[in-house]
Amino acid sequence: MATVKIPPVLRTATDGEKQVSATGGTVGDVLRSIVGDYPDTERQLFGPDGGLNRYVNVYLNDEDVRVLDGLDTAVEDADTVMILPAMAGGQ
Amino acid sequence: MANNYQDFLSKIKEQIPEISPKDVQAILESQDPTSASPDAVLVDVREQHEWDESHIPGAKHVPRGYLEQRIGRAAPDTDQRVILYCQSGNRSAIAAKTLIDEFGYTNVENMTGGITDWKQAHLPIEIPFQYSDAQRIRYSRHMLLPEVGPEGQEKLLKSKVLLLGAGGLGAPVALYLAAAGIGQLGIVDDDVVDASNLQRQVIHSTNTIGESKVESAKQTIEALNPDVEVTTYNTRLNADNIVEIIKDYDIIVDGVDNFPTRYLLNDATVRLKIPVVSASILAFDGQLTIFKPYDGPCYRCLYPVPPPAELAPSCGENGVLGVLPGTMGLLQATEVIKLILDIGDPLIGRLMLYDALAEEFTNLKIRRDPECPICSRDPDEISDEELGKFPDYDAFCAGAIA
Repeated sequence: MATVKIPPVLRTATDGEKQVSATGGTVGDVLRSIVGDYPDTERQLFGPDGGLNRYVNVYLNDEDVRVLDGLDTAVEDADTVMILPAMAGGQ
Repeated sequence: MANNYQDFLSKIKEQIPEISPKDVQAILESQDPTSASPDAVLVDVREQHEWDESHIPGAKHVPRGYLEQRIGRAAPDTDQRVILYCQSGNRSAIAAKTLIDEFGYTNVENMTGGITDWKQAHLPIEIPFQYSDAQRIRYSRHMLLPEVGPEGQEKLLKSKVLLLGAGGLGAPVALYLAAAGIGQLGIVDDDVVDASNLQRQVIHSTNTIGESKVESAKQTIEALNPDVEVTTYNTRLNADNIVEIIKDYDIIVDGVDNFPTRYLLNDATVRLKIPVVSASILAFDGQLTIFKPYDGPCYRCLYPVPPPAELAPSCGENGVLGVLPGTMGLLQATEVIKLILDIGDPLIGRLMLYDALAEEFTNLKIRRDPECPICSRDPDEISDEELGKFPDYDAFCAGAIA
């Protein structure tokens, strides 16, 4: 099972969990497995066309999946998937 | 018995190869001044006050009293070519003999006539920055670092940094940049100090509640370091004023709390090619990176569109651990100083995440987007009308709150 790190703005959708385990052979499978466990994350991660929302970046370990194979990028059990939406706030 | 200094000197000069100022100049011109291992090293052996008055550009300073101790730093290889000079060529001849006899340097020359003859030949000289005694004491811990030193401190004193916001992030950044002797600090903020700010905005105080944040920050900075010239902008950045406010600054420190201003700032700084040291904070988490136009990705490469309001906590008020902007702000200040001094590896093309509760730092790679709507183009092609443009975000935020 891969480890998925949940950003602060998504934690209300994951019952406050900041790190969850998810099964799946690809980044897309892993994210859909998260959506299965926490349905509120769906519209935050995926657009109406089923693609990843453009204001959400997903990293496999330290690399942006967009420079890998996107949602088709292969995931191993030891990998960490990080979801990273844009953040502002300096006050 | 009469003092025989002249005999002593003549004997030494007979043994030391000499080189004329014009030949030295030809050597300096032929080598790359930025090279870490130049063919020839020029060493000024005069006292500190003589060096401070003027010296030859590209020379290294090793006062004769410290010759034995410090020559290894200026010329580590005893077989490299070393040229010494002083005021008139006498002290440097004696120093040259020491290097040859006591340290085994094999390729040492003495410049004839010293800097006096150099000047008479109208060759270029450098007049270093003149530090006051108070400045030498204030910045002494910087001066002692080889990576900073008097030259680096001069860069800091001559640099211009603009802080967007005198809030959570801006407060610690302003304090430490002021202490470091950044010569000109601009601060943009249209807010007033509120008691609820003081849990984290350490540049303000109970005494300045109700005052404008820029004035409150200015008072604190001036009390900390009179070398710093503070320019205040009691306003919000918008498409009409942004270019005028930011255009003369070397580096911008971004701690703005909303997406519209982040996109506006990004577009304007890409066009003006000004690096932005950017941080954001929420609750116990922080992010940090440097957006250096055309060198690394810009904000739109990372996030081409803003999130909808319910995913953008900046639309409303959120809690933050008071220490967190301190941690992130000081990392920002560190990156600012690294950029000014051109030392270390700046956080360009990397995004650093900090999780205070886990005590975990993570670095992610971020890249330029070849199809970025802004930084894939020539800066001159970005028009005023395009700055900060994207779907009507203010209306979106307003709708979400209502």
